[in-house]
Order: sequence, then C-alpha cells, then structure tokens
Amino acid sequence: MPHALSPSPEQDAATNVEDSYMTDAPAAPAEETEPSEPADSQPLPTSNGLENMFDDDDDDDEFSSSAQPQPSSPPPYTGAPKPKFCTPDILHQFYTRLFPFRPLFQWLNHSPTPQLDFQNREFAFVLPGGAYIRYQSFPTADLFRKQCIQMTPERFEIGPQYSLNPRDRKQVRKASAFRPVMKELVFDIDMTDYDPIRTCCSGAQICNKCWSFITMAIKVVDAALREDFGFQHILWVYSGRRGAHAWISDKRAREMDDTKRRAVANYLVLQMSNDQGKRTGIKRPLHPHIDRSLKILNPYFNSTVLDTQDPFASTTGSEKLLALLPDKGLTTALQKKWDSTPSRSSNQKWSDIDTLAEAGSLSTLNGKQLVDAKQDIRLEYTYPRLDAEVSKKLNHLLKSPFVIHPGTGRVCVPIDTRTLEDFDPLSVPTVTELLREIDEWESGPGQRMGEEERAKVQDWQKTSLKTYVEYFRGYVAGLLKEEAKVVKRERDEDVRVEVGAESMEF
Amino acid sequence: MLAATTARIDAKKRAVLDSRKKQFAKATWEAETYDYRMNFYLTPPTGDIALEQFEEWAIARLKVLAELEACQFRNRSPAETEEYMRPVLEKYMRLSSNASKSSEIFTERKRDHYSHWTLRLAFSGTAELRQRFARLEAQLFRLRMQWDDAKERKEFIASLAMSWETVSEEEKLQWRAELKAATRVWDKEEEENYFKVQWENVPDLVERRMCLLKRGMAYVHIREQSGMVVNEFSRQLESALELAGRFLPRMDEDDRLSPILHHLSQQFVAPDSGYSESSSIGDITTPTAASIDGLSQHFPLCMQNLHRELRKNSHLKHFGRLQYTLFLKGIGLSLQEYKFKSEYLYNIRHSYGDVGGDANRRGKGYTPYSCQKLLTEAPPSSGQAHGCPYRTYGPDNLIALLQNVGVSDRQLLQGVREDVGKQRFHIACNRVFEHAHAAQIKKVKEESLWPASELDTILHPNTYFKRSFLLKNLGKVQAGDLGVDGPVQSSGGSERMET
Repeated sequence: MPHALSPSPEQDAATNVEDSYMTDAPAAPAEETEPSEPADSQPLPTSNGLENMFDDDDDDDEFSSSAQPQPSSPPPYTGAPKPKFCTPDILHQFYTRLFPFRPLFQWLNHSPTPQLDFQNREFAFVLPGGAYIRYQSFPTADLFRKQCIQMTPERFEIGPQYSLNPRDRKQVRKASAFRPVMKELVFDIDMTDYDPIRTCCSGAQICNKCWSFITMAIKVVDAALREDFGFQHILWVYSGRRGAHAWISDKRAREMDDTKRRAVANYLVLQMSNDQGKRTGIKRPLHPHIDRSLKILNPYFNSTVLDTQDPFASTTGSEKLLALLPDKGLTTALQKKWDSTPSRSSNQKWSDIDTLAEAGSLSTLNGKQLVDAKQDIRLEYTYPRLDAEVSKKLNHLLKSPFVIHPGTGRVCVPIDTRTLEDFDPLSVPTVTELLREIDEWESGPGQRMGEEERAKVQDWQKTSLKTYVEYFRGYVAGLLKEEAKVVKRERDEDVRVEVGAESMEF
Repeated sequence: MLAATTARIDAKKRAVLDSRKKQFAKATWEAETYDYRMNFYLTPPTGDIALEQFEEWAIARLKVLAELEACQFRNRSPAETEEYMRPVLEKYMRLSSNASKSSEIFTERKRDHYSHWTLRLAFSGTAELRQRFARLEAQLFRLRMQWDDAKERKEFIASLAMSWETVSEEEKLQWRAELKAATRVWDKEEEENYFKVQWENVPDLVERRMCLLKRGMAYVHIREQSGMVVNEFSRQLESALELAGRFLPRMDEDDRLSPILHHLSQQFVAPDSGYSESSSIGDITTPTAASIDGLSQHFPLCMQNLHRELRKNSHLKHFGRLQYTLFLKGIGLSLQEYKFKSEYLYNIRHSYGDVGGDANRRGKGYTPYSCQKLLTEAPPSSGQAHGCPYRTYGPDNLIALLQNVGVSDRQLLQGVREDVGKQRFHIACNRVFEHAHAAQIKKVKEESLWPASELDTILHPNTYFKRSFLLKNLGKVQAGDLGVDGPVQSSGGSERMET
C-alpha cells in the first residue's frame, strides 16, 4: 500500500538519519533558542513583553525578530533577515517527526485510498528564501511527505482540485480544459480588520484581551454555517499569529461554484456603510441571522468591549461613539456631560445614553429608534469582520493547517470549538518548543519504557501537539465516515438509474 | 422532430398512427394539449404542419424577438418595453388567456409552441446565437408572465415540476415571526405564503438575506416565485440549446428545412423587411430630379452618402449606382427623370424593369435593397460608396460623416458609437432617425395619429424615407395640402416641399 504511513518506517527513517541530529538540533541554533528558553520557563508572557515580541509591521508573512529582549542581555538584533523558526534544519525536523501527513491527506482526499480529490489537488510551496512554487500535486501522501522533507517549505498552501493533474496543465490544447473543480469552503478572520475598534494592540500584535474578538466571530459564523446552511464538517484553524481560518468539507460545500460561495460570503457580511463611506443603518426588522448573532454577541459587548477594551474612554473613542448616534440633541447633551465629568468609563458612558435620552425631551428619537441605534453600535463593535474575498473564489489558495507561522514559530493548530473560550493563542506551541519536548520525553518518560513500547510512541505524541493532532484525527474520521455513506448512496442511485430508465433522445 | 419521411423516425415516436391500426392503437406520444397560455417548451412538437406555416410562424416570432432586442439596445425601461411590446405581440403572436374562451386558443398556442422549437433549431448552431436566443426567449417569457392573469399564472406554475414545496401550516406557525422578518413581509395584506427549496437554487436571495435559512433549506416568499420560474426557464433553455447544438450536425439534412433555417438565422444579423410598394410617396407627391436635393434631407445616411458622392463626382460606381437607383425607384422617381449618362441608361432601365427578361420580376424591376441586404453584401472598397455607412465607416469617420449631414447632438453620437460597437447598425440608424424626428414622433404618439406598427424598427431605406417625409409633413398631410387624394402637380408640390 504505497500510501500507508505506518509508524515504523517513519520512526526508522527518523532514527536512522536523524539520530545525529537529535542531539544536535537544540544545540545548533544555540543563540536563537537561548533567549526563548527563559521565556518558556516563565509563566505566560504578559502583554507588555509581547508588545515587544511582535514588534514588526503588518504583513503576516514577513519575518520578524521574535527574540524577547531581556533586561540583562544585549538588545535583540534588528533587521534580522533570517527567520529564527524557519531554518531548513528546524523545518526538516518538523516535517520528519511532527507534521501529521496522513490525517491531512485523508482530510483532503475524503477517503483512505488516494483519489482525484487529492491527486489533482494543487499545493503551493513557499520555500525558505521566498520562492513560491505553484501547481504541485502528489499521487500519494507518502510522496507529498517526501517532497516536504526534501524541500522544507516554510509553509504550503492548499488550492482546489482541478479537472486534470496540475502538473499536466500545459499539455492540453484548450486552456479551458484545465479548471478548478472542487474545494472546501473557506473563511478568513484577521485581527487587523479589527484595528479600528481594539484598544489593546494594533497591527500584528495580539493579546488575550483582543483574541476575544476572534472568539466572538467564530461563534457567530459557526452558528450561521451550521444552523442556516446545515454544514456539519467545519474545521477552525488558528492562523499562527492573529486570526483564524475555517475549512468546510461538506460535500455540498465543496461542490459550490463561485456564485454560491459569493452568496454565502455576502450573507455573512454586515455592511454598515455604503460605498461613499456614509453610514447606513441595518434594515429592520432584523433578519433572523442578525438577530441570533446579536443575542450571541450581547454578553461579549458588555464584557470584552465595554469592560476590557474600554473604547469610549478616550476622547477620540467617545467622539466615534457620538458619531454613531443619529440624534443631534442627544449627542450634544452627552458631549457636554462628558466634557464636564472627564474620565468616565465606557460602561458609564454607555448607560449615560439611556439616562440622558429618558431624562428630557432632548432626543427626537423614539424608544424604538434608540434601541435600534444602540443595537447597530453593538454590532459595529462585535460583529465578525471577514475577509470575504478569500471565500468567494474556488481557486483561492489558503495556508494549510499545521504549518508553522514564520513570524511566531507557532504551529497553525486546529481550534476545538467545544472548548472555544479556553483557546489561548499565546500558549500554542512553537516548533522549537515541540522539538525540545521530544528531547525531554526521550530523557524522561521515554527512559522508563520498554524498547518495544517506546518504539510505538510517535514523536508528536511526545509533545504538546498531541491534543491537536488527536482532535484533527477525530474530525477527519467523522468526515470519512460521512463520505463513505454518501459514496455508497450515490452508487446505489446510479445502479437504479441505469437499470430503470430508457434513454431519452430526440 | 419534423423529418422528411416517417420511415426514418422510430416507430414509437411518430404521432401519426398507422391507418390500419388506428382504431385500437394509442399514440405513444400524446398529441399536444395546451392547457395554459404559458409554455415551458419542454417537449418538441410531434404533429405535422405545412411548410409555409413552418416558415410563417417562425418569421412572426422572429419579428417579435427582434423588436424585443431593439428595445434592449435602446435602453428602454421595463415599463416602456412592456408598453411597446404589447401591440407588437398582439399583431404577430397573439396569445389569449384561458378565461377569454377564444376559439383560436389552440391554434395560437400551437403556433407559439412550434415557432419556438423551429427557432431553437435555427439558433442552436453557434454559441453567440444560442446566448441571444436564450436571453430573448427568457425576456419574452417574463413579459408574458407579468401579463398573465394571477389565477392562471398560479395554475401554470403549479403544473411545472419545480423542486420546491409549499411550507405547511404547522411550519408557518412555528417560524412565523422569523419568516416575516427574513422575507420582509410588511403589509398586513401581503399573503403569508411561503415555499421552501434547497438554498442553492436561490443564491441571489441568500446573498441579500431575503429568505429564511434553516439547515440548508431556504424559505422564500411566494412573491419571488415568478422570478424563480423565469430563472428555471432560462436554465433549462440554455442547457437544451447546448444539447441541440451538439446534435445539429448529426441531423438528417433536409432540403426543405435547411434553407429556411439558414435564412432564419440570418435574420438575427440583419432583420428582414419585406419591401412593399407602399414606401413610395408617389401617391402624395411626385418627386422629380429637381426635387431630389430637397428630399434628400429625408434620406437615410446610406442614401445621403450616395447622393453627395453623386453630386460631388457626378459619378457612382456600379453597386452604389444600383443601390441608389433602386432607392429612387422606390421613392417614386420615374424613369424619365433620370439624369445619369446615357451609357448607363440600359442599366437603369434594367433596374426599372423597362427591359430585361423574366428574371426581372416581370416588368417591375428589381426591388430596392433592404438594410439586411446592404449589411450582408460585400463592403465597399475605395472609390465606392455603397452599403451601410454605419458598418463601413470606422467610428470616427462615421461621426464626422454624421456631423456633415447635420447631426451634432453629443449624446446621440455617443449612442451611435455604442450601437456600432455592438454591430447593431440598423439600431444606430433608427436612433438617428428618432432623434431627428423626435418632436414629430412625440406628437404622433400623443395624438395617436399613427398606429404603433407604423413606428416600429426601420429596416429598409425606403421606409426611412417615407416615414421621415410623412412625419415632417404631418401638418400638410392633415390639412390636405399634400394631396392624399391624388398626386399634385409636380411643380407646385416641389416648391412646398422645402420645409
């Protein structure tokens, strides 16, 4: 079985070739790991430390100096061209020992045995050094793994299944014969879209305070996808630094054309201002999706936005708030009050709106209009901000789960929606941590095991990647079970059709 | 399908029964019963019709579709299009509703059915034709749906095997508030009836959040139904045309049908207009050689171009001469008035039918060329000036030419540019006509002086001339100055023509 990735060959290969490396690996990039070691031994870094850690510009892909400055150590060297987490050595280790190729293959293939879903799938490799290679495809998981180990891409992206093998695309006469045929429906939520409303961080930085926005977004989008569209196989993946991706593998979703993808994307997008930038309220009565979203988001508005983010405390913040209220009388009165009593918190200011509105005939808004206006504001500050373009096209390439984010070294792990609230992006393991954990296991629990037992334990099981890989495997198993049922049903239908009907021709 | 001999069709598919077996046999394919005014055209016709009917019905439908297309190109609003098309449809393809209990219902619907399938055959050849046909048929379908009586429309829709189901009362009760909110039922009057369908069938409604979604099913308000029916019609037609296109080469080639079909598909490029004698103004006034210059303001661009060329060079090459001569004949210029050099006299006389044999249409001469002929003939090269200038000239030269003959409105010129860009040359010409006669046309419409059919798309230079002349001389015709009773003295008439 060419595709089988049984543990033993993997282990053997690792031990044969990498034995020498195993001990060297932590030692070789000695300088780089040094600063990070103290960081790991501390409790989770505070937001202050992180502000420096992610001290770079916006682009998620750019390599940043992630060395944490220590009080005694020399200042981190700026302008480092080479990323710490993406040396070919480290990547080689990672792909050899840790990357879950088999489950990834099954996830994309929708069956244990290779079929066109995987074989005609495009992969794009981003190599250290920056080269971008498209239209890679593989007949089996094993060959895919081999190429990753050989090329050690910094990351790779997954594209659609095409009508032909992507590597053969130039061999057809008609260019239109090569076209995308199937791909999972995907969504991308990026924290930078929230910059206008978050107060704790900006740009590439994140912290636990603002991660809450992503949590909110996942909840709302997940609910809509499941309850409204009936999708069941939804995989949420941490993007490695400051966002999340969703991959929907339902057959019905995979077969959607561009029009339908656009329809779903626009269904989820809430347009608050028109093209000229003028603010347009949301139509009433609220569509049930918006209504449900509001119910989900209301508690978060109170906790994350008003309490934690406190966006209206500053002058600019409160001005923004007043700009969103449609009544001049009310806003003038509020402005006066806040000018006279400075340093009111967002919570206080929020309740001020109601107080002043009720108090006098300042506002020309009736009760309902005020409620609606406040709802609009709540949605403005909490509703998911999607990058809709990612979802609209069949042929869009999106970063694969489980690759390493070059800027942070973190693995793009799946997010278990059952424990969504507990997900902490800052405790997602980095590749260097994982490699170290393997060592620790070898010298710790590994020592205590018998020879045979030890051989059975795979490298990823020795690390904190274990939970994530297990979750992913469980998810894929569920997907495959569903797929097998569908295939069987279709096969039965085909037989019935052939036997039953006469051919109609005229 | 209509094929030459019944022997070639599979026995099961013939609608004609073996006379010997008739008493006990039952046609496998039912003869058509047209229960509704509307038709999805799912089954092809199986009966026999005469060849003349075949062509006649197809041409009538083609006329309707061409008019519909013309409305589109002139960017008429939906209301205007509707208004415009009503009389056209009444004239060419009347379809009475069930309620009217007309005796003609069956024939009318049969004609509709058969002509659709004929045109389907004719237009399945190339992708472009297919697209145009599908688009126009869908529009026609939508128009007719709007005019349909509500009850009959409901019955018709119910008869279609669409993939939707009505929402049951219990479900309605359960989701009442959500249904209303999602589908925007405002009025108390608006009925609370919904149907549900797989969401993939209504992506545009989903995109705009105009329906309720529950686990992949979309709950849609009944008012969206006609839109969906039209979409479905469109979809089915497009795929059927695709299929027909693939089968077309394999069809048994038939000498009776293929020239007709070919002729029909040509129509779409340049619509036909039967030339009739009535486009001459000979009954109103007699044009003379002297009066031509004055009359030339009423000429369409092609003829104006030839006229100038003639005036400038005192000479026209063969095709131009032929075209111009025939046109003038059509106007009513008598043979005697010709001022061409005598060496061409024979040709002129030939055109007029003075000499020449049988091929000359028995003494009447050749008919003046229609726009279709001018557009499909060989284009002119240097030194020649025939054909349709909207086609021949590049846009800039065309604009210059138009400005030379006195057309200068910027919007009009822009519109002409667009039309020419889309290769709708006769539309461009019509546009110029409408602009030049805007006031008169308005008057005629408001006072209902002319029936609508007299104002439809111009497809022949002589029609252009006659209509232009009549419009500009409305007052005179009405007042009786210009003899409706008979030709006025030529000298007197030509003086008064300088308006």
